[in-house]
Amino acid sequence: MFKDVSFGQYYPINSPVHRLDARVKLLSVILFVVAIFFVKSYFGFMLTAALILFIILLARLPIVSVLKSVRGILLIVLITAILNLFLIKDGEVLVQWEIFVITKGGVHTTIKMVLRLVLLISGVSLLSLTTTPVQLADGIESLMSPLKLIKVPVRDIAMVMSIALRFIPTLFEETVKIMNAQKARGASIDTGSIVQRVRSLVPVLIPLFVNSFRRADELAFAMDARCYNATDKRTKMKKATLRFADFVAAFLILAFFAVILLERYYFPTVGINIDAKIFGGLL
Amino acid sequence: MSVVEIKNLSFVYSKKTPYETRALDDVSLTIEEGEFVGIVGATGSGKSTLIQHLNGLIRIQDKKRSSITINGMSLSDKKYLKKVRFDVGMVFQYPEYQLFEDTVAKDIAFGPKNMKLSKEEVDERVKRAMEVVGLDYATFAERSPFDLSGGEKRRAAIAGVIAMQPQVLILDEPVAGLDPVGREEILTLVQKLRREVSKTVLMVSHNMDDIARLATRIIVLKDGRVVADGTPKEVFISGKIEETGLELPLAARIAKNLKARGFDIGDAITPDELVAGVRRAMEAKHV
Repeated sequence: MFKDVSFGQYYPINSPVHRLDARVKLLSVILFVVAIFFVKSYFGFMLTAALILFIILLARLPIVSVLKSVRGILLIVLITAILNLFLIKDGEVLVQWEIFVITKGGVHTTIKMVLRLVLLISGVSLLSLTTTPVQLADGIESLMSPLKLIKVPVRDIAMVMSIALRFIPTLFEETVKIMNAQKARGASIDTGSIVQRVRSLVPVLIPLFVNSFRRADELAFAMDARCYNATDKRTKMKKATLRFADFVAAFLILAFFAVILLERYYFPTVGINIDAKIFGGLL
Repeated sequence: MSVVEIKNLSFVYSKKTPYETRALDDVSLTIEEGEFVGIVGATGSGKSTLIQHLNGLIRIQDKKRSSITINGMSLSDKKYLKKVRFDVGMVFQYPEYQLFEDTVAKDIAFGPKNMKLSKEEVDERVKRAMEVVGLDYATFAERSPFDLSGGEKRRAAIAGVIAMQPQVLILDEPVAGLDPVGREEILTLVQKLRREVSKTVLMVSHNMDDIARLATRIIVLKDGRVVADGTPKEVFISGKIEETGLELPLAARIAKNLKARGFDIGDAITPDELVAGVRRAMEAKHV
């Protein structure tokens, strides 16, 4: 049932991308997400795809692991694509059948939309594939630290976040265990009709909740027993420091962002010309 | 006909990822009706993977090479899945964490209800199961399972499995986390279940003393392979147990130590055998 949840699963190898500072990676992903919404030409999409491919190769990730994340949103992509294809009426009519009309503009918008979504998810999944949850939480804490000035309890938030991340696999395991136990008693979780399957979730969810509260209680006691408090005096065992590679990565992503913006606003003809050269009469 | 027949069973977790681990490696076994099989092995030796195969919770990976047959029903065939789950009862580790209904009786009725039995039959089985595990029906039937004590919860959970009256009962560390009195109660219960409900019992345990006392046969797993299989005596004196990083039963360790110090009392794996052996050796010396 949960076999396909690969989005956000850390891929444990050692690569230059894995070693980058989580803060740099976080900011890069944000910049990347913003950038991809400025891309308008096929040339721009090719640039973006090239960047992602470059990072995948550098991180020595198997392409499959990235594609698996894309598979998770396949249905959404498909539905949006179909809606776009038939609803956008722009330019020359290509096909007309009853009320269904496909226009040239619609085809282009659809293709670009699919490209944008697929590249977006691939790019974002690179973050979680190359960064452990703990590094991520530490990175977010560090990035949020200026908010301490306006009395936001950043350390508490960070602790809550890391606990939540830490317990995702545990809850996952627990869910599988309880599901197995109920299946062994004949619950129709993997057999039977949809209605039966949904109804059979009750015997899984109730023990899961009960156990989660018990676990939370135990964790609170354990933290208390070790005198946990989220004051500023608390230090970190692993302190992240920026290295040369981090500056290189930051420079690369900024350069990419600049190129995308320049291509869109200052040299719009470049992209259009390249598109025309590659696709010729198709456009 | 054997109750359980496993042929060339292999299983790999997270195939083709960096997390890939081989849990079972070409395991073949047959288990006859009436056996009490103790399954032992270090953590990660494949015990859980093996037992979860037996009622189809883990599906056979390589259907061409591997096969599992329960009472003549092949587990490669999906149509037997439900039937097999009712024939093979599975008590997981810490079974009390799977209780979910608002009364004990309803929780125990979950399995029989899934078997599509008549209401009378379900009630009958609930009563019988509670009686067997030693929970008084009048006192406990209408109580919430979450208000019971640890030992009572565990017995209620076990009742939920045996209410299905499975032919084969599998228990995964049934005494984990219990105090000595609770352990003894559950172990006595397991023996009672073997007499009254399920003739064939498979028990996973780390406690060699329990296994030595109860099992008629021991299967030792190491890195997904069966490294020893035989009566407790055969297995415990074969030296295989130490090789897998487990400890012999206390009685066997004492006998071994005595022998090393020049006092040979023969082989003993249970306290009773140890006492008998010591008595024999003492008498032989005095004569």
